[in-house]
Amino acid sequence: MTPQHTAPFPRIRTVGLDGLLISFADTMAESSNRAALAFRDAIDTSRWEGVIETSASLASAYVRFDPINLPHSEIQARVEQLLQQQDWYQAPLPSGRRLWKVPTVYGGELAPQLDEAAAAAGLSPTDAIQRLGDSRVRVLTIGFAPGQPYLGPLGPEFNIPRLKELNPMVPEGALVLAISQFVLFSGPTPTGWRHVGQTAFRCFRPEALQSFALRPGDEMQFLPVSRDDLEDIRAANDGSGGATCEEIPA
Amino acid sequence: MSLLVHQIGPACTLQDQGRAGFLDQGLSRSGAADQLALHEGAALLGQSPDCAALEMAGMGGTFEATQPVTIALTGAPMQASIDGSPIVWNASHVLEAGQRLTIGAVQQGNYGYLHVGGGIDAPLFLESRSAHLTAKVGRAAQAGDLLPIGPYSGSAGMKLRPDDRFAGGGLRALASFQTPLFDQETLDRFARTVFRRGTRANRMGMQLDSEGKGFAAKGQLDILSEVITPGDIQMTGTGNPFILLPECQTTGGYPRIATVLPCDLPRAAQTPAGGPLQFTFVTMDQAVALHATYLADLSRLRAQVEPLVRDPHDIADLLSYQLIGGVISATD
Repeated sequence: MTPQHTAPFPRIRTVGLDGLLISFADTMAESSNRAALAFRDAIDTSRWEGVIETSASLASAYVRFDPINLPHSEIQARVEQLLQQQDWYQAPLPSGRRLWKVPTVYGGELAPQLDEAAAAAGLSPTDAIQRLGDSRVRVLTIGFAPGQPYLGPLGPEFNIPRLKELNPMVPEGALVLAISQFVLFSGPTPTGWRHVGQTAFRCFRPEALQSFALRPGDEMQFLPVSRDDLEDIRAANDGSGGATCEEIPA
Repeated sequence: MSLLVHQIGPACTLQDQGRAGFLDQGLSRSGAADQLALHEGAALLGQSPDCAALEMAGMGGTFEATQPVTIALTGAPMQASIDGSPIVWNASHVLEAGQRLTIGAVQQGNYGYLHVGGGIDAPLFLESRSAHLTAKVGRAAQAGDLLPIGPYSGSAGMKLRPDDRFAGGGLRALASFQTPLFDQETLDRFARTVFRRGTRANRMGMQLDSEGKGFAAKGQLDILSEVITPGDIQMTGTGNPFILLPECQTTGGYPRIATVLPCDLPRAAQTPAGGPLQFTFVTMDQAVALHATYLADLSRLRAQVEPLVRDPHDIADLLSYQLIGGVISATD
């Protein structure tokens, strides 16, 4: 075996037989996520023959390819050349991004850990709801479950730890919070994050023509509404959760 | 045309080569756990390996043809019979209208496959017919289901002699981007260890048991979540390895010590509980060469099928055999 030694960022490493991971940091930051999204977009735009699929995680771009027709040495050289073309940490975000505004019930029975999260952030529940509702967050990456976004960054006051004991089950549409990020759950799941809001937004709609609502790089805002408002939205039952969606000008 | 399901085991799903291109949406590939078996079925029936088959984990079912259909059976050998007469595994057969195909418990390995001439023609979802139960895509087959069958004009009565891959053995693995999180002592010990497949296993992944201490990485619990691929050998918090399979998550924070080569994943997935497994690290050059050989072997499968010679001693009641029916369906 050949150990891969630590190199400065950006750093190119292999993933199994047929993948390369281009990492821009080993911690989550706005600029490294921006670099990952922009670089993944640049690989897609390059349309290299032999590339099978790409994705972006919090701080890395991933490319899977056919190593028989696009040998490692060849794609590695192309990736290095592309990396040198610009400062990816300053790159503009991919075009075609959208802003989603999603009605959200904060706290109460539907989102029972809001008060606890507010206390951990050193805020009153009212202040926490206002700050969270005002925050415009980016889809940093989609993963773990189909269509499920990791969203951030939230302000540093929300850099609160994950729970020691798992939340046994939160429902689809739950908005959970930890480490200055939200996750909007695409299905019922146990979690170590605090359940602060509840939406009727479905991230994964297998029965719909467009099965996935969100794309990495999209932005979201979770606007406070009352429980009655959410019940009315649920009655419409179209999966959109009453969200509005607008293009973000490039 | 369709195949009627009378009885079915609890974990039978439609699978094809899986769906690529949705990793960025958090949806892993899915597809047959034993991709080689998918290609073997296609070779036996003389059709595309893109056709979907029924993957049967541990236990098959009872099926009835509504019209004459051609079937092939591959992967983990299971007891199989048509109207009570045993039939050969790794072979293709004709199932006449009204005949019952019974597939019982697995005899070796985990995943058996029932292929039909024309493929199981279920609707495509995101370019694939593969169920992905952890992502709530598709569902397990149930009694009463009618499996639709695509158009087909080939014939049956062929067999293949695959190498045994149903009892564990050696798996070739590559160092991956998180391998350096493990120190050399741990890596050496990992490669020396003979693991046993544990009892926790499904299409997401399979647990490996071993004597002695676990295989923990340095700083295991605070690394950034990164991409996961099938074949990755992931460590839990206690350093207990899992080989990840087609329905694995797309991203995760627990580190991966290495990645099993695609050519050895069928053997990994087919290893029964308690079966021995040992890993050998290969270089990238070796891995690419092994992969090229694997792909060439897949494309040669069709040239390796041979006629299934029926030994009259194997046929309990020769007179009941549908010799004439087979002739009619072959000339239609």
